Amino acid sequence: MSRTDTGAPERPTGTEPTEPDRQRRSLTERLLAVRELSLLIALGLLVLVTTVRNDRFLSGQSVKDLLLGCAILVILAVGQTLVIVTRNVDLSVGSILGLVAFATGTLFLSAPGTPWPVALVVGVALGALCGVINGGLIAVARVPALVITLGTLYAFRGVDYYWASGRQINAADMPSSFLRLGNQTVLGVPVLFLVALVVVAAVGFYLRSYHSGRELYAIGSEPAAARLSGIPVGRRVFAVFVANGALAGLAGVLYAARFGTLDAAAGTGLELQVVAAAVVGGVAIFGGSGSAYGAALGAVLLTTIGSSLAVLRIDPFWQQAVVGALILAAIGLDRLLALRVAARLRGRSAHGA
Amino acid sequence: MAHDSLYAAPPTVEAEPGAGRLATLRGLFGSWDAVIVGALVAAVLVAGLTVENFATGRNAQFLLLDLVPLAFIALPMTLIVITGEIDLSVASMVGLCSTLMGQLWLSSGLSLELICVLVVLLGAVLGAVNGLFVTGFGLPSLAVTIGTLALYRGLSFVVLGDQAVADFPADWTAAVVRNIPGTSIPVVVVPLLLLALVFGVVLHATAAGRALYAMGNNDQAATFTGVSVARTKFWLFVVSGAVCGLVGIFWTLRYASARGDNATGLELTVVTAVLLGGVSIFGGRGALLGVLAGVLLLGVLRNALQLADVDANALTIVTGTLLIASVVLPNAVADIRARLHRRRQRHSVAS
Repeated sequence: MSRTDTGAPERPTGTEPTEPDRQRRSLTERLLAVRELSLLIALGLLVLVTTVRNDRFLSGQSVKDLLLGCAILVILAVGQTLVIVTRNVDLSVGSILGLVAFATGTLFLSAPGTPWPVALVVGVALGALCGVINGGLIAVARVPALVITLGTLYAFRGVDYYWASGRQINAADMPSSFLRLGNQTVLGVPVLFLVALVVVAAVGFYLRSYHSGRELYAIGSEPAAARLSGIPVGRRVFAVFVANGALAGLAGVLYAARFGTLDAAAGTGLELQVVAAAVVGGVAIFGGSGSAYGAALGAVLLTTIGSSLAVLRIDPFWQQAVVGALILAAIGLDRLLALRVAARLRGRSAHGA
Repeated sequence: MAHDSLYAAPPTVEAEPGAGRLATLRGLFGSWDAVIVGALVAAVLVAGLTVENFATGRNAQFLLLDLVPLAFIALPMTLIVITGEIDLSVASMVGLCSTLMGQLWLSSGLSLELICVLVVLLGAVLGAVNGLFVTGFGLPSLAVTIGTLALYRGLSFVVLGDQAVADFPADWTAAVVRNIPGTSIPVVVVPLLLLALVFGVVLHATAAGRALYAMGNNDQAATFTGVSVARTKFWLFVVSGAVCGLVGIFWTLRYASARGDNATGLELTVVTAVLLGGVSIFGGRGALLGVLAGVLLLGVLRNALQLADVDANALTIVTGTLLIASVVLPNAVADIRARLHRRRQRHSVAS
């Protein structure tokens, strides 16, 4: 199992932190930094190469498009990180996003005077409700989230299609204050991206500094040990799915604001992109490791690759292939690092202690 | 780490009240094949009686033709899931094989027979790449095949762009949809059944097949009993790729069109059918008969509802609900039974 072990709070020795212990901690922290750093370097290189070839890539409009384009994927990837860290996965996010986006449009259509904050709250609540369904079913069935969320991926999407029954919602049906939300900028930065930044900061801080946030890593590292140490595993996993559903709901509302034109197919196939972004961002698919910042950077990198291929005049059909190769490279790299660290730690404990 | 192949073992396996409950669970799973076959028969009967045009030869032909790709891929997928791995790249392999077949036909001037052989070999190579990453580098198959899902789909667009190759010889495209003379069963069902027979015999009647279950239950224990886990899994991925090559040929000829987006999204339907057929996602449990019945059940329900004028896209509710029900119901029933059993025991002790 590939695990870089950045999040595992447990220490093998029962004594108080000694000198080598602190060194070990700093080693894992350095690795974490390396992952986010290497993502930043990759991103920087990509932007640099693209800009050298075409200097309009860093023009205001292009940057704005880029930030707009990645905001929704960033929010979803951060939510997915919460889930994957606990050794689960939520494949239904694309369907939740589609359902909420369509619900938002329908809300404006049937009650034209609705202020947009109400729509936002309704959308997030609907997303959270979908999360409750996911979490509840997982608790009842006691099977991997992969199976349940594969089922709700179909079910939510089917509800969406059934409800829409071929209708489409147009931008004209939505209040302009809401649509402005999707395109407005503050000091040149799109509001959508600012929302995403707030989500990243909040989730990142929670995962790193809160007790229950650390417990999520413990659950993902070794569920049995987490349970024995008194962590309410079932409740935490349930909460994580509700939180991820709510974030997917938020993303759905933002999707509606950004694109305006909606049908029941919105967000189809997004789930794999989201998982890909998290994996590229260093979130280990088997839990216990990874950060929200990494996942967000992964999402930005995937989006940037798409637009820079277009600028570099590379056939846009290459984009998906590049994304796939990147995923393979990312997990391969993780594996290599994990093996190195394991070897080094083994060497140390053989010497000292 | 006893069980790190696809997912951790079930989170709550309590040993204490477990004996009775586990026995019920096992009993239920043992008869899951029967449940699915029963549901299939019921679905066919109800649809035949209530849905107009369902019980016609022409409909049977289209129903089976639609199911052939699903059934083919479900065979190796069953074996892979039983070993505790998963292959999500199957639909992309079908797509890439299809576009390569189109490109070869368009530009290489080779005969179609030779192209078909090459395409199956190519599928095997694609599968071997999956297998190499999973067994050679020790990476989780879930992550690897999500990666190759994107990679192969991307490459299939690179091969043909948004073009389609459609000028395949008419006698070939007609041959794949032809029926067995005198019946309304397509000819392609015959190779499908033969292949299913081979897979069934290997899985259920050979030492190699038993070893697959052993791997799914415990990789390490399987290794200690002398099974080469890595090599076996590698070859399973290769077989999966080769079968996807076959399906790619079938898909291309049936719709007379090689396109980059052929079979998009099929991977999730295949996994659904396999799980519906009673194969445990933890590995180590499941049977081929149940899977085939699961594939047929999915197909019959979709087809009947479609004939009854339900929107094709809304039908995904049925797929999703079936999948969830198939994993939730056995557990819920076992729970209720265990609770009743305990209450009865308490009652008898009290009296």
